Amino acid sequence: MSLTDEEVNKIANLARLKINPEQVPEYASNLSSILDLVEQMNAVDTTGIEPMAHPQDVAQRLRADVATEPDQRELFQAIAPATEAGLYLVPKVIE
Amino acid sequence: MGEEVQKIADGLHAQLATKSKIFSAASTAYGAAPNTQACAIDLGMPGVLPVLNEKAVEMAARFGLAIEAPVAKRSVFARKNYFYPDLPKGYQISQFELPVVGVGHLDITLEDGSIKRVGVTRAHLEEDAGKSLHEDFDGMSGIDLNRAGTPLLEIVSEPDMRSAAEAVAYMKKIHALVRYLEICDGNMQEGSFRCDANVSVRPKGQDEFGTRAEIKNLNSFRFVEKAINFEVERQIDLLESGGKVVQETRLYDPDKGETRPMRSKEEANDYRYFPDPDLLPLEITEAFLKKVKAGLPELPDEKKQRFMDDYALNDYDAAVLTASRDLADYYEDVVKNIADDPKLAANWVMGELSAALNKENLDISESPVKADALGGLLSRIKDDTISGKIAKEVFEAMWQGEGDADAIIEKKGLKQITDTGAIEKIIDEIIEKNPQQLEQYRSGKDKLLGFFVGQVMKATQGKANPGQVNQLLKTKLK
Repeated sequence: MSLTDEEVNKIANLARLKINPEQVPEYASNLSSILDLVEQMNAVDTTGIEPMAHPQDVAQRLRADVATEPDQRELFQAIAPATEAGLYLVPKVIE
Repeated sequence: MGEEVQKIADGLHAQLATKSKIFSAASTAYGAAPNTQACAIDLGMPGVLPVLNEKAVEMAARFGLAIEAPVAKRSVFARKNYFYPDLPKGYQISQFELPVVGVGHLDITLEDGSIKRVGVTRAHLEEDAGKSLHEDFDGMSGIDLNRAGTPLLEIVSEPDMRSAAEAVAYMKKIHALVRYLEICDGNMQEGSFRCDANVSVRPKGQDEFGTRAEIKNLNSFRFVEKAINFEVERQIDLLESGGKVVQETRLYDPDKGETRPMRSKEEANDYRYFPDPDLLPLEITEAFLKKVKAGLPELPDEKKQRFMDDYALNDYDAAVLTASRDLADYYEDVVKNIADDPKLAANWVMGELSAALNKENLDISESPVKADALGGLLSRIKDDTISGKIAKEVFEAMWQGEGDADAIIEKKGLKQITDTGAIEKIIDEIIEKNPQQLEQYRSGKDKLLGFFVGQVMKATQGKANPGQVNQLLKTKLK
């Protein structure tokens, strides 16, 4: 399994990672070996085995529906690059 | 080959009416100051761990039971990956391969009165995103994350609908159902209930359906209908002129009455779902389900049938009166006061009361005339204290907050005149004043009876008992 440059660039773009053209071959090779490992695992016969969704074989614990979180806006916004009127400001996004 | 066919699947998002978020203990109350209800988990701070809200699970199970769908003994949360500023983690926690609610169904009533069964493919739990405000903050967008992490139930239908009207009927049915179940407040303005529609068409003379397009931003049933009709036309025109429908998300613009592509880039979404390692599989036990089942309210279709059986209402009246649980409860409270005449109660709730509510754009729960007050008024019609016509006047005064029916009848002197002697006296005066009409009546102009009735009612300010007036007049005019 060998990823093309195009596939590597697409993966990087989906992950919003900026990679330089000269890094592409290295990523292609590393990612390809991960896929090779997956392919090896795919070869194992798992007929009749229910797939696990989590390495631990336990169920999700549930929380009672009670609102207990205090307002900590000031604390959280102290580390935000920009805020105004209680809002987090980000570069304009409009569809 | 054959006639043109359209195929519509509805996607609905119902905000679950929990007090706290799906994975955190932050409040979900609407309308709070920006970001005051967004905690470390909602913000996706490093090191936090989501913990599932039991109530959200219970509400999803309620919905599953109501549409006769299997509630999964084991379901799995997955990460749906995409980048948008109102999604701080860079992924939405949702469910993918193993949703909490499986295949169910719902019956809708079509315009011709026939029943159509619509398949529900699945319903799954997920978290809502925050809100982006695009007003100008010096070229920046403002983000409010109060809504981030609010529990949603996404309900996906089969592509069973064949017209915009059917799509709307289905949405309305789900809308009523989630409110009956008290799992969602159904407020479309506040975005608690959101609709998407997937539309594809097969033009006349073609074998295959075209590609489907998804329409978003439909925040009223009226817009749903308009948007689907526009989209169907657009796709047919496109296909008939040799074009191709591309799979895309389109936004409905209510001002222009059209749909347009939402994303400029041609890039298909690639969400790369995978099981969320922060959450263990959700297991629902038989005991839990049994408890949920025991707490289910009477469902709309059951209530409608009971109204037809118990109150001898026709199909239409029963459907209108059970459209919402609040309206049905109101009606039943009115009936309690006049148990022997459920039809009179139905006429008033669907007539006078609904008209007054519509005029002022009020919900039944906001009615200034409460159910027992209306019941009190109607029992005065039943015991002949007032006529139906006077009752309308009394109702108007009650609506204006002038007191209960008895007080208004007393204060305004509206009590019906049932004293035969008194009515006869008035009739005699009127006959005497109108010799010409009397002669015409006696010479065969029967229609003039109405004139005399009118005169008597006028002379008594409408207070005479109409039945009595009719009877007495007929004897006297002979």
